[in-house]
Amino acid sequence: MTATLPDREEPTGALVRPYAVTRGRTRPRLEIAIEALVETTVRGRDASTGNRGGHGREHQHIATLCDGKVQSLAEIAARMKLPLGVARVLIADMAADGLVAVYEPTSFDSNDSVGTELLERVLSGLRRL
Amino acid sequence: MSQRPNTGRVTSAKIVIAGGFGVGKTTLVGSVSEITPLTTEAIMTSAGVGVDDTRQIPNKTTTTVAMDFGRISIDRDLILYLFGTPGQTRFWFMWDELVRGAIGAVVMVDTRRLADCFAAIDFFEHRKLPYLIAINCFDGMQYHDPNDVRDALAISHDVPVVTCDARNRESTKNVLISLVEYVLSMRRQRVGA
Repeated sequence: MTATLPDREEPTGALVRPYAVTRGRTRPRLEIAIEALVETTVRGRDASTGNRGGHGREHQHIATLCDGKVQSLAEIAARMKLPLGVARVLIADMAADGLVAVYEPTSFDSNDSVGTELLERVLSGLRRL
Repeated sequence: MSQRPNTGRVTSAKIVIAGGFGVGKTTLVGSVSEITPLTTEAIMTSAGVGVDDTRQIPNKTTTTVAMDFGRISIDRDLILYLFGTPGQTRFWFMWDELVRGAIGAVVMVDTRRLADCFAAIDFFEHRKLPYLIAINCFDGMQYHDPNDVRDALAISHDVPVVTCDARNRESTKNVLISLVEYVLSMRRQRVGA
């Protein structure tokens, strides 16, 4: 563990500015869970190599990160050093344009058989580690 | 054109790792994670500010919350994430998102600072999220009887209380296995009832 968490946060300006990459939008077009998985589609790969303008940089970065390797929203945000909310808006836009596929997590809130089957897989996976 | 290269449904699951500051949450995550634990940040806007102390920075409207997390690929199409909760309990807004849909939670306990975990236990009980207590046995720390800890925390007899060494991969593995076994047994009980 590192030293104590700072009680004083960074100056406000540095925290608000990240939303500039979403052109000020803070609401995503799609609700994406923190652990939802994102994978670049064929279309997304083509678009990222096509060197198009517009959102360009961030979209390309995400397309490269998730090309052939699923990454969660949390991982993408962390690796791009973007706040979760900003990454969520960007990914939702890309999903709407078919550039990435978003795989929602399995919820364990309800007591259904899907969840139970998945829990058994998680358990045997942990035992194999 | 296939937009979903994997044949099965790719999905993920998460386990929440809670406990007081410095109890070893990130150490525990790092001991089993296939990636070096990453830190993700969320921004809380002024609308969510309740008890935040803004005296030091006038007109402050935002606060960042940092969470450390790790990843375990259970299978090609099933990935488990371990999310450490933000240390300060004033960041409840982030806890809501963390517990939503989670398998369950590990509440890490340092017996020298038992009270640090009370808030987490209250929160998980209120949300009906299954949890277990993991007593982190630091180097040279006196051994505590899990039953004494259970009594001190005044928790139900059903809740597992285990000891662990957060730095040790096998030990952490066993904590996670205990949690998933517990959650499974609870589900089976409910189905059978």
